[in-house]
Amino acid sequence: MTDTTITETAVTITIDGQPVEVAEGSTIHAACVEAGIDTPTLCWAENLTPVNVCRVCVVELEGSRALVPSCSRPAEEGMVVQTDTPRVRHSRRMVLEFLGSGVDLSQADDLHHWMKAYGADPDRYGDEDHPVERVEEPVKVQDELYIRDYSKCVLCYKCVEACGDDAQHTFAIAVAGRGFDARISTEFDVTLPDSACVYCGNCVGVCPTGALQFKTEYDLREVGEWRPEDQTVTRTVCSYCGVGCNLDLHVQDERIVKVTSPSDHSVTSGHLCIKGRFGWQYVHGE
Amino acid sequence: MTDIYLGADRATDAEAAAVDAALRARGVDPVVRPETERLYTSGTARRRERRHFLLPALHALQNEAGWISPGGINYVAEVLDVPPAEAFGVATFYDLFRTESPDHDGDTFHVCVDAACQIAGYDDLAASVRAAGGHVHLGPCLGQCERAPALFVQGSGGRPDYVPADDEPFELPQAGEESLRLLRRIGVADPESLESYLAHGGYEALGRAGEMGAEAVMAAVADSGLSGRGGAAFPTGVKWRAVAAETGRPKHVVANCDESEPGTFKDRIVMEQDPFAVIETMTIAGLATGAANGWIYIRGEYPLATGRLQGAIDAARAAGLLGEDAAGTGHDFDIAIWRGAGAYICGEETALFNSLEGFRGEPRNKPPFPTTHGLFGEPTAINNPETLLNVLDIVTEGPDAYRSRGTERSPGTKLLCLSGKVGRPGLYEVPFGTTLGDLLELAGGVAGNGELQAVLMGGAAGSFVGPDSLGLPLTLEDTRAAGTTLGSGVVMAFDTSDDMTDVVVRIAEFFRNESCGQCVPCRVGAVRQHETLVQMQRRGSLSPARRTLIDEMAEVMVDASICGLGHTAASAVRSALDLGLIASAPSR
Repeated sequence: MTDTTITETAVTITIDGQPVEVAEGSTIHAACVEAGIDTPTLCWAENLTPVNVCRVCVVELEGSRALVPSCSRPAEEGMVVQTDTPRVRHSRRMVLEFLGSGVDLSQADDLHHWMKAYGADPDRYGDEDHPVERVEEPVKVQDELYIRDYSKCVLCYKCVEACGDDAQHTFAIAVAGRGFDARISTEFDVTLPDSACVYCGNCVGVCPTGALQFKTEYDLREVGEWRPEDQTVTRTVCSYCGVGCNLDLHVQDERIVKVTSPSDHSVTSGHLCIKGRFGWQYVHGE
Repeated sequence: MTDIYLGADRATDAEAAAVDAALRARGVDPVVRPETERLYTSGTARRRERRHFLLPALHALQNEAGWISPGGINYVAEVLDVPPAEAFGVATFYDLFRTESPDHDGDTFHVCVDAACQIAGYDDLAASVRAAGGHVHLGPCLGQCERAPALFVQGSGGRPDYVPADDEPFELPQAGEESLRLLRRIGVADPESLESYLAHGGYEALGRAGEMGAEAVMAAVADSGLSGRGGAAFPTGVKWRAVAAETGRPKHVVANCDESEPGTFKDRIVMEQDPFAVIETMTIAGLATGAANGWIYIRGEYPLATGRLQGAIDAARAAGLLGEDAAGTGHDFDIAIWRGAGAYICGEETALFNSLEGFRGEPRNKPPFPTTHGLFGEPTAINNPETLLNVLDIVTEGPDAYRSRGTERSPGTKLLCLSGKVGRPGLYEVPFGTTLGDLLELAGGVAGNGELQAVLMGGAAGSFVGPDSLGLPLTLEDTRAAGTTLGSGVVMAFDTSDDMTDVVVRIAEFFRNESCGQCVPCRVGAVRQHETLVQMQRRGSLSPARRTLIDEMAEVMVDASICGLGHTAASAVRSALDLGLIASAPSR
């Protein structure tokens, strides 16, 4: 709740030599945003609790032996933070490189410019005789609403958070297995219709790499007809009930191809239910 | 609306009965609660109430059926109010749990493939088990390195787990020596008898602590300079004081008995041979910090230690030494045992908390630290058995006498796990400051071909040193200055006939297998590091570019991993390269 009359205590930290004042309890990442310093993030989202697992947002904190995740570390008075040292650049580059070496990042659009900026070269691991292990799994197409392609999954935990404590409280999916073999899974990998899934699509809404995708988008991509540059986004209010969720209708060739909700919307925080997320067929008279 | 969706699979009667028995043994009535009740005790309260019984329940399923079946998961999910997807996520985290129907009916014979067992020839052991019709599972260190190659038998069909070597009489190499402090009762007192423990000075320290009061006990611990013996060497007095300063919330004392660092078996022997001492020192820790709840989290591969600790707890409780007004100190304290299920990472303190609470054993980001946000998010003092044992002397003889042993900056004595090519492998206790060479002599000198090639210090997370380090005084400060570590007390010797490339590649594979998978640097870095070393092994050389790559991978693992596993995953590998123990140049 930002709209409060209670006076917030401010803390001042130094980022890259520049003093930044933020409300107590804010993260270093929030302070970076305040200071206009662009920071790569992957597992962080404004509508989810930080899990700080991807480590791409790490910064150097004076007095800390290791780098710290800016997305979850609260800013404390007097902290001195560096965001562009050789150590920070190295860790960010390696994290991006590691991810690119193990999964398909072709649709992780937000990461591409960071990979270029940090000079990540995911192809330098292994060689012809010694191919590296990658996550390679067939795409799970189990219904007409959304698909799961875990060869694109970076294990950012966002979908698990959205399905669980942070939004839906359905708990249909969790991380299963360990280490490089860890995967997002239902119990015993049962299909979604056999699981607790209620098809709210909030997992799709938070997925940063295209591992979770509307079936409409997947089908269009399969035939080479997915054209974001030709799409318009129209904001409207969901017509199903009286809650008043904002919807962003993504339209291509006069057809709705996916539906999102703004993550800063006070009603939804970006999360929807099955009707708002997937129930648009009537618009097209279907 | 139901709050938990379950599929159609149902548990067998035997599976349900096994789970029920495990829960009843922990005071939980295994009834499925009516939905109305489940809804009004929802969310965090519900989770708090029952979730932490997940691990014992999964153990019961595995032991009964030889695997954790879909019906079994559903039963546990319903009784404990845990979503089945999460229960499955937890079950698949652990090596001792199977989530696929086994292709054999019998027990599973776990054979260790880590360094000490590698050079002792685990393949011969595995072959002989197979020849006898046993189902072999090759896996990580079982904590029996002094009697390598090691075997642990995981029971099925309700049969208990056991370690065949536990049938042999136990012998401590230094048994009866007057210099022993931490090990003085081992081989002397009967580990299954409270009377015997009392007759050998048992519970004098708790009595003394009760007279001194909490503040004086903590002052003594702080003044003694005692630091944690698990590897991080954090000052115990500082930790306890921080917990004691917390008020208004339940507090916990946790004994970290998830000893899993390859080469480490010290806590196993302490727990097996002197279990009452662990119980007594935990009680002192509870008194000092004001914590009423004691927890022992012990690795699943230690059945004898688990049984002896449970026996000690039961006997102590019956004698009024645990429970309300424990031992007449005016302080309530009791202890419960939780078994791990095969995951190195759960020795990391915050991963241990998550595991005990019924979540995946993934480490938490620190800060906040366990002293304020530990088990169940509450203030927690977590120590391993060796650290705890030191408190007995500190309380009874005072910090000054305690400091008369060891060095100024490393006071006291240290337990060291001697394994590999030494004459008498086993557990040793020496004052800090003893040199590595003297320690090896104490353990019968270099065995095998008699020519020392290297010593692994501190386990897989430690580093190798060469024969030129025999003069190294074994203290925290000297090992640190020499770029190595005492870690958890591993001293594993290799002679010149040992193939160090095999050893180092296996260490890299260990980290690859044991990474929890949560953070990217460790999840992917440990795999890429292992792949690079396998490539080196096949080629017989490591190009300068690949050597640089290993350093670059190490740097991100050290700098950006969440926990100590990632921080140390490259440590032994790099030390082996630096010492030239493995192919380090294209010419080689």
